[in-house]
Amino acid sequence: MAEKEMTGSKDGEKHTGYTGAKFGMWFFLMTELIFFGGLFLLYSVYRSTYAADFHIAALDENIVIGSVNTVILITSSFTMALSISAVRKGDNRLSAWLQAGTIAMGCVFLVNKYFEWGDKIGRGIYPNSTLMMQKKKGEMLFYSLYYVMTGIHALHVIIGIGVIGAMLLLTRSGAINSGSFVKLENTGLYWHFVDMVWIYLFPLFYLVT
Amino acid sequence: MEDARSHITGYKTYAYIWACLLLLTGLTVTVAKINFTGFSVLICLVIASIKALLVLMFFMHVRYEGAFLKGVILLTIFTLTAMIGLTFSDVWYR
Amino acid sequence: MNTFYADPGPRRGLAAWMMSTDHKRIGIMYLAALLLFFSIGALLGVLIRLNLISPGTFVQAHNYNRLFTIHGIIMIFLFIIPGIPASFGNFFLPLHIGARDVAFPRINRLSWWLYLAGAVVVLESLFFGGGPLDTGWTFYAPYSIQTRTNVSMAVFGVFILGFSSILTGLNFITTIHRLRAPGMTWHRMPLFAWTLYATGWVQLLATPTIAITLLLVILERFFGLGFFDPSKGGDPLLFEHLFWIYSHPAVYIMVLPAMGIISEVVPVFARKVIFGYRVVAYSALAIASVGYLVWGHHMFTSGMSDTARVVFSFFTFLVAVPSGMKVFNWLGTLYKGSIRLDAPLLFALSFIFLFSVGGLTGLIQSAVATNLHLHSTYWIVAHFHYVMFGGMGFSFLAALHYWFPKMFGRMYRERPAKIGWLVFFLGFNILYFSMFILGYNGMPRRYYDYPPQYFTGQLVSTIGSWVLAAGLIIIFRNLIVAFYRGPKAPDNPWGGSTLEWQVPSPPPRENFEEIPVITRGPYLFE
Repeated sequence: MAEKEMTGSKDGEKHTGYTGAKFGMWFFLMTELIFFGGLFLLYSVYRSTYAADFHIAALDENIVIGSVNTVILITSSFTMALSISAVRKGDNRLSAWLQAGTIAMGCVFLVNKYFEWGDKIGRGIYPNSTLMMQKKKGEMLFYSLYYVMTGIHALHVIIGIGVIGAMLLLTRSGAINSGSFVKLENTGLYWHFVDMVWIYLFPLFYLVT
Repeated sequence: MEDARSHITGYKTYAYIWACLLLLTGLTVTVAKINFTGFSVLICLVIASIKALLVLMFFMHVRYEGAFLKGVILLTIFTLTAMIGLTFSDVWYR
Repeated sequence: MNTFYADPGPRRGLAAWMMSTDHKRIGIMYLAALLLFFSIGALLGVLIRLNLISPGTFVQAHNYNRLFTIHGIIMIFLFIIPGIPASFGNFFLPLHIGARDVAFPRINRLSWWLYLAGAVVVLESLFFGGGPLDTGWTFYAPYSIQTRTNVSMAVFGVFILGFSSILTGLNFITTIHRLRAPGMTWHRMPLFAWTLYATGWVQLLATPTIAITLLLVILERFFGLGFFDPSKGGDPLLFEHLFWIYSHPAVYIMVLPAMGIISEVVPVFARKVIFGYRVVAYSALAIASVGYLVWGHHMFTSGMSDTARVVFSFFTFLVAVPSGMKVFNWLGTLYKGSIRLDAPLLFALSFIFLFSVGGLTGLIQSAVATNLHLHSTYWIVAHFHYVMFGGMGFSFLAALHYWFPKMFGRMYRERPAKIGWLVFFLGFNILYFSMFILGYNGMPRRYYDYPPQYFTGQLVSTIGSWVLAAGLIIIFRNLIVAFYRGPKAPDNPWGGSTLEWQVPSPPPRENFEEIPVITRGPYLFE
């Protein structure tokens, strides 16, 4: 099996193959998990130290926007998954539309995020602001965590949108097709991972009781 | 061996999973309004983990992957748990 | 024979190297860069020693802090961590397992570019902003978020280097899983490949922690988040936790491949199959996994809870077990072998000795009670130089002498190599063993000046640094001469039985005319 996939091609990337490419992507996602893990570690320590402060601070979060964004991201994950099945069934047109939908939802998510952040910053809720420095210590740490974690998550969404955009072009050109779709599949894995991170961020920042 | 390669998940399965995820989101928001004292965090995290598991198993096709990839995921989760757990051996007992 | 040097691919000149995806070219470029950074680091080390025989004459107090910081950062992040996997690993892993290249050659090239970019950013930080940083290579908060020196840029450079390291690890794991030649089962793999495999996992699952930690330091400096700032409710100890969650496993990134090289060299020069192949292979995995659970032993005196200190002390003792197994197996291999005492073996044997000294002193300081006395003294400095320099450094030189004929197709002269080794080995022990005594007597590390009772020890240590430097000069002079004027090397000068010795020296562009079919284990000698 291994030998079949690697026989002497001069073009570098073809040395490996479907399984190798997927292994590589999964390994990368595992590093991402540990990367976010460092932040979850900080969150859990500060939440256990400042439980009451976190509760007060979280009252300021807007559950409605948070929930809407969760639904949007889950739905975008759904369309992403569908787009892969579509390509594999040979329907590139449908797949391209589904990918475009995913991108659109990613953008809406970011726009919501923008208004959310903008509103908070407008009211002086950001690290090191005069308002926050007067409040309890845990409250500021909560918002520091909020900005860093949702910020890094949003950065991943932005990167994801870019990559899906590239895949969209490849799908339309036919470079991604029912015989060769590992790039799209790996992009999907990435997008689902970003979705999964949000699945945890949502209760940790919006549903603190 | 290469089930994930040959297996195409149907549109319907994805739709079911999507519906489940939305239901669970609704559930977690509802539950968060009720005060379960210390258990609230736990309940939130359990629901989130169920959602994550659904995404992992179906959207990310882990269900159809070989034992190796499943092992890698478990290993990483274990590593993360060890990192956080050992840190708490300091934080909780300081 | 068409070597990979003669077959540059579609591009010419510098681009034939920089744009190449050939694992051998990438390995050679890494090697050159590593040696450059090693010489800078070593030079700074000699300067540190020079200051300590006459504090104030050569270096001012605040520059001394910068000196040992830069020495540490260059040696750790630019030399030891990428070290063996990036250079010898890149060159020999595909050869060892019978592949034409690594699994993702273009990602391999990206990883090399990231390494260069990271190195440039780190070095730039010396000249821009607040100038060279003075935090020590550990960037401990809260000082690192307060100092006016250019922490942000240096730390960003290390962040980039982290990506390079992750991609190398990812590449190697996939390569070992997917590209082994037919018949190359896991238990027929050379042990160097096994250690690269274990190292790859550590690179993957530990490095992201330092990435996020350093990112937080940068954000902290710009936005005042307060995570590591006690005045804002943050906990600086969490920085130490996060830092060592990576940086302790990183010690194994440094030393595991070094152990792999020893496992290659010892059987070849003892003409015997390795003793306890599976034990040596699995102990690498054991070291890698237990190595995750011991980071707290760097923080015994930082104010950690007693529970944590006991737990981390226990795991630290535990990690010594698989390391000990390896040492016993190397000795078992040498026992009754027909030993040929060439330069590579001399370096390998000194590795075993020096690493044992480093390891056993490590056990002494992993007991919490003794640690309280020894922590932050020269004892610690001596310990980690024995493990890192005596371990990784000697192993690096063993590899360089062992594989030099294969990589460059030329032979070096044996006699100067041996003389160089002797001088280097003596200098090393004079330099660092004095530090054990100084530290045991209470000389704190990172101090620019000291009371007179430490003078003799400091003087001996500094003289040792000169001897060591002389040894290095002899060694590298010999290799440089061989590089330009050495006689042509045969394909298999040492009678090695792993795959890299079955191809011409230097190997052709895609390594093998035809992918070999493997029918036997890696160490069989007639």
